[in-house]
Amino acid sequence: MQAETISDTHPIIEIEEMHKWFGDFHVLKNINLTVHRGERIVICGPSGSGKSTLIRCINRLEEHQRGRIVVDGIELTKDLKNIEKVRTEVGMVFQHFNLFPHLTVLENLTLGPIWVRKTPKREAEETARYFLEKVRISEQALKYPGQLSGGQQQRVAIARSLCMKPNVMLFDEPTSALDPEMVKEVLDVMISLAREGMTMIVVSHEMGFAKSVAHRVMFMDDGEIIEENEPEAFFTNPQNDRTKLFLSQIL
Amino acid sequence: MKSTTAAPHREEIKPPVTEIGVIGWIRANLFNGWFNSLLTLAVLYLLWLIVPGTVKWAFIDSVWLTGSEECRATDGACWSVISANIRFILFGFYPHDLQWRPLLAMGLLVALLFYSRERSRWNKMLAWSWLVGLFVMGLLLKGGLFGLTAVESANWGGLPLTLLLSVFGLTAAYPVGVVLALGRQSEMPVIKSFCVVYIELIRGVPLISLLFMSSVVFPLFLPEGVTVNKILRAQVAIILFTAAYIAEVVRGGLQGIDRGQYEAAESLGLNYFQTMRLIILPQALKIVIPPSVSILISAFKDTSLVVIIALYDLLKTTQTTLSDPKWMGYSAEAYIFVALIYFICCFAMSNYSRKLEKELDTDR
Repeated sequence: MQAETISDTHPIIEIEEMHKWFGDFHVLKNINLTVHRGERIVICGPSGSGKSTLIRCINRLEEHQRGRIVVDGIELTKDLKNIEKVRTEVGMVFQHFNLFPHLTVLENLTLGPIWVRKTPKREAEETARYFLEKVRISEQALKYPGQLSGGQQQRVAIARSLCMKPNVMLFDEPTSALDPEMVKEVLDVMISLAREGMTMIVVSHEMGFAKSVAHRVMFMDDGEIIEENEPEAFFTNPQNDRTKLFLSQIL
Repeated sequence: MKSTTAAPHREEIKPPVTEIGVIGWIRANLFNGWFNSLLTLAVLYLLWLIVPGTVKWAFIDSVWLTGSEECRATDGACWSVISANIRFILFGFYPHDLQWRPLLAMGLLVALLFYSRERSRWNKMLAWSWLVGLFVMGLLLKGGLFGLTAVESANWGGLPLTLLLSVFGLTAAYPVGVVLALGRQSEMPVIKSFCVVYIELIRGVPLISLLFMSSVVFPLFLPEGVTVNKILRAQVAIILFTAAYIAEVVRGGLQGIDRGQYEAAESLGLNYFQTMRLIILPQALKIVIPPSVSILISAFKDTSLVVIIALYDLLKTTQTTLSDPKWMGYSAEAYIFVALIYFICCFAMSNYSRKLEKELDTDR
């Protein structure tokens, strides 16, 4: 299925000539990326290519050293207030879930809304229940993360981000730490999220997922975006040799 | 013939009798192999040598509520040294007819501690009760208000002093230690180096030297006529000392927290203080319950070092009793009694920490 085309709305993320170094190591080189509201992008590439670092820059878990990143009209600088504001608008799902093990599932979900959005507790819990229902895990609300399977934990993590009502969701290899039989349940949740029009940037090698929901697929290698295209063209007719090599290795 | 569709009955097989129950336990633990059997027999022999004599000394030949003459007459333990001097051992030089006041204060403390043991009762009400309770305890000890006769703090002593120094010392040292630990991890160089220097400096000197400084050196810096209460100075020294150790233990806990926890908290938009308070510290402090309790226990026992600046804590009042010619020579009995008091307090602490650990375990 090919996703509908995106009308030219306001870009929600704009990255211009962005560079990042870890010490002397040049991890991201001249990144330019514009993401529109409702757009879904899948980024793939070999490990160490900088794809995780790129999306971590978008909510400032990593700091960039040159260029500009503007999220929803707010430029990311050293200003802590701006960073916190951007983070409340951008949801993040991690490879290793990173749920808070000392809190119940419900408390994991309500923490952000209550403390950051100052939502009343009752309302936050209602929202949390709604999203737990949505990721099909409502019966686990009072359990602790340690009592859940990996797939369940990742779905809780997605629900936790959704409770903040973000405008953008970032996924950092959301299925690569999961046992194979649990990958589908997480992807299903992500697909239904995509169908509802959420803006998503997904670092993943799940090519089936990319084909069915992405508007654009990008290939990164050595800190650069080497190639990007619509999924159909990207997979059937890659242009760059490195892309071809990579695709031949994973498909 | 009736046909049965039920699953064939599976007989439950029980382990052989010699493998379970008391006999099984004895076989498995005491007589499994010739070496262990030999050890068991040797230990039994030792117990046979020690126990009857001890029981005879402590219970059968002992005297309990007599004067010192009867003690001289018996071979057994002279527990009378305690019963005859109990009020001095427990309350030191506190005026004799006012000793109900520290007793009541201690009762209040124990009651509050006992009530606070369930985490479900930790709420605002309890916090207020503690504030009021501490105020009432101070009032009872010090007097001078509401018609209570004032008692100079120089006369405070014995168990109330020990409890005062340790309860205040430990409860104040813990938060200070946590702040120091966070400071040591700070990215701000001034805060970080202050915390590092403080921790290393304090850990580098013995508590005794801190106590000496607080009692001898510190007053030299004060302007003439200004004095700071001696107990307060000792108290501050204990807090500063214990906090440095707590800080290092807490730092260990902080390092045990996965980077991902910080990132998850930050990506929700929580600020530094929220991240620490809601996510990191609850987990870090849980990890370090066992080592912190070790520190608290040893700090509790270390309060007995205040004798060197002439404060009459529980141990010092006991020693003083023993220097009375009438009761000289019964130190074993007196020290066993004091050891028992210390043991009860320390055992309660370690027991409670184990309970807390179990309650906070959310992995299963």
